[in-house]
Amino acid sequence: MEAIYLDHAATTPVHEEVIEAMIPVYREVFGNPSSIHQHGRKARQILDEARRNIASVLGANEKEIIFTSGGTEADNLAIFGVTENTGKSHIITTSIEHHAVLHTMQELEKQGWEVTYVDPEPDGAVDPEKIEAALREDTVLVSVMMVNNETGVKQPVERIADILEDHTAYFHSDAVQALGIEDIDVKTMNVDLMAFSGHKISGPKGIGFLYATEGIPLKSRTFGGEQERKRRAGTENVQAVKGLEKAVQLLKDNKQERVEEYSKYKTLFLETLNDQEVPYQVNGMNAVASIVNLSFSDMNVETMLTNFDLEKVSASSGSACTAGSVEPSHVLSAMFPEEPERMTNSIRFSFGAANDEANVKEAAMRVAAIYTRLNK
Amino acid sequence: MKEPKDTRVVVGMSGGVDSSVAALLLKEQGYDVVGIFMKNWDDTDENGVCTATEDYEDVIRVCNQLDIPYYAVNFEKQYWDKVFTYFLDEYKAGRTPNPDVMCNKEIKFKAFMEHAMSLGADYLATGHYARVRENEGVYEMLRGVDDNKDQTYFLNQLDQNALSKTMFPLGDIPKPEVREIALRNGLATAKKKDSTGICFIGERNFKEFLSEYLPAQPGKMQTLSGEVKGEHDGLMYYTLGQRQGLGIGGAGDPWFVVGKNIQDNILYVGQGFDHEALYSEALVATEVNWTTGKAPEEPFTCTAKFRYRQKDSSVTVYPLSEDQVKVVFDARERAITPGQAVVFYDGDVCLGGATIDEVEKNNQPMSHVG
Repeated sequence: MEAIYLDHAATTPVHEEVIEAMIPVYREVFGNPSSIHQHGRKARQILDEARRNIASVLGANEKEIIFTSGGTEADNLAIFGVTENTGKSHIITTSIEHHAVLHTMQELEKQGWEVTYVDPEPDGAVDPEKIEAALREDTVLVSVMMVNNETGVKQPVERIADILEDHTAYFHSDAVQALGIEDIDVKTMNVDLMAFSGHKISGPKGIGFLYATEGIPLKSRTFGGEQERKRRAGTENVQAVKGLEKAVQLLKDNKQERVEEYSKYKTLFLETLNDQEVPYQVNGMNAVASIVNLSFSDMNVETMLTNFDLEKVSASSGSACTAGSVEPSHVLSAMFPEEPERMTNSIRFSFGAANDEANVKEAAMRVAAIYTRLNK
Repeated sequence: MKEPKDTRVVVGMSGGVDSSVAALLLKEQGYDVVGIFMKNWDDTDENGVCTATEDYEDVIRVCNQLDIPYYAVNFEKQYWDKVFTYFLDEYKAGRTPNPDVMCNKEIKFKAFMEHAMSLGADYLATGHYARVRENEGVYEMLRGVDDNKDQTYFLNQLDQNALSKTMFPLGDIPKPEVREIALRNGLATAKKKDSTGICFIGERNFKEFLSEYLPAQPGKMQTLSGEVKGEHDGLMYYTLGQRQGLGIGGAGDPWFVVGKNIQDNILYVGQGFDHEALYSEALVATEVNWTTGKAPEEPFTCTAKFRYRQKDSSVTVYPLSEDQVKVVFDARERAITPGQAVVFYDGDVCLGGATIDEVEKNNQPMSHVG
């Protein structure tokens, strides 16, 4: 039985060209980019080039790109970085952020910050007016993700940026799930900070970056060398940066086709479920092409996911796992406070590079067969 | 009978050495083995540390060593409703419950077994020390060969449906050998300490734990003839035959709990391990289960255990109704405790069991036992 991967929102297979790009760096470029000799310079060249190329894809300038170990560190650096040296006052975020943001906010709360968590509407998106209503004179930071990782629902980041135009608060957006699927131009979007990850876009794990608009006072979270213009100490992961650069460039090349492709997969998946008479509800509206979150009434998420895996279909649910048990999703509970059953019967399927029409259809058939068997 | 490779066996894995070795043995026998960790209780402390998380980590490590898939399933709600509520109710009634018996009956061999079956499993396996034998279409439960570890006492409520789908891979192996197998195979849990006590209480102080859930009502501690000897902290903290924690000084033999009066909140105490009030001649038990599914209609003799790890005693069982038996002891027994299980054996075969409700002497209920 072919193993079918429908969990691209968790991570993605590394693109062959990414691997190809990294191998020569592993083989030949081992220098420390901070060294003043030729070995160091070679490595530094790779970093500089990658930084320039990545910046240009996002409409940023290269000084605004800070390499990190991934999306989580980028979120942490953004949030702690701009709040470190200001008086403890007020932050606005949403209740559907990734834990990289939510738990960072909770940490700040412990340190005395006041954080407003804006709930989403039942369609999964945050109402920008509610962000506006929560704004105070002493609001220092607003953090709203671009695409929700569980439902795929796009958040009104640009409208929020407009609202903040005349406010001193910094605007951070976790764009980990958006990169490669949504158009991102940091200047026209008017964000101050944006977090990205390599492994969600067919790049390597252990690498990501933060866009931080030039001139923003950002305190480092790590202490040591003076890498990343003193904002992120530690020898750079040169090979992974090379891979990240390649992955970002590949995104740009065929974005339109790719998004259409994923869209087709999603439609095919849902149509197959319909044909097999599997009832479901889609959690959230206006989701990105690659993610769909489905609620199957009277089903139990643990039983379903375990069965899927035993039938070699990889999908996921919720976001946090404690002792392996799936904890109720904070995203769905914020969207459907009156429907707790959705938290225990919903599954996220996410499409991407590991899919083709045949295996998406096959996966839907397996899901339908499991549903039918369990529903007896 | 299917080939082992076509036979899916779900192993209930706790993160301990026994269930680890159970999974290993099944894997070696060629079964399609799936490891599943059950989370029944949340004991996350103020530092965010939870024993279930640690235990599941061990399950993951062992399953990866065995190269079998692993999952977790959450039965916290079912456990609370079916086991913990019963546990508290029994203590409230002044009895001494056996949550392990209830957990096997309601959770492991019911909810968890249903879950295993919903995953296309043919069998559920656990690391219990017991055996199942098919005998002309009837599934019999036998004691584990390691007399010291035999766990049929806790499994007495299993029925034919459960037994027909159960495997106990450790039933034929003495415990020391199980450790050896784990060590020889370098299993991550080979040196892990065996868990002791009631699972949800763990290493914590029992009294403290119980007081978080039930209000303690201190009252008088007195002899059966009415002489007040002191104060008790709440009847639920004491069990029949208990010596520790009474705090009665003075001359003569040590003091023991010999009974409880729930209505008047009195703890009866008496002097001497062999105090007469602790001895009984018969008991009445309900919630009877016959593992073979066939209820005896006539009285019969067999052996019985009234507590875990006790030696068998010879008894005569009188069926009173489908759900009730009277058990008459050949020789009088000490500290038979309501709420505990009485479990019946014919040689190595565990016939079934029931919950002790009443204790009798001279054909009269012993009212002081509660």
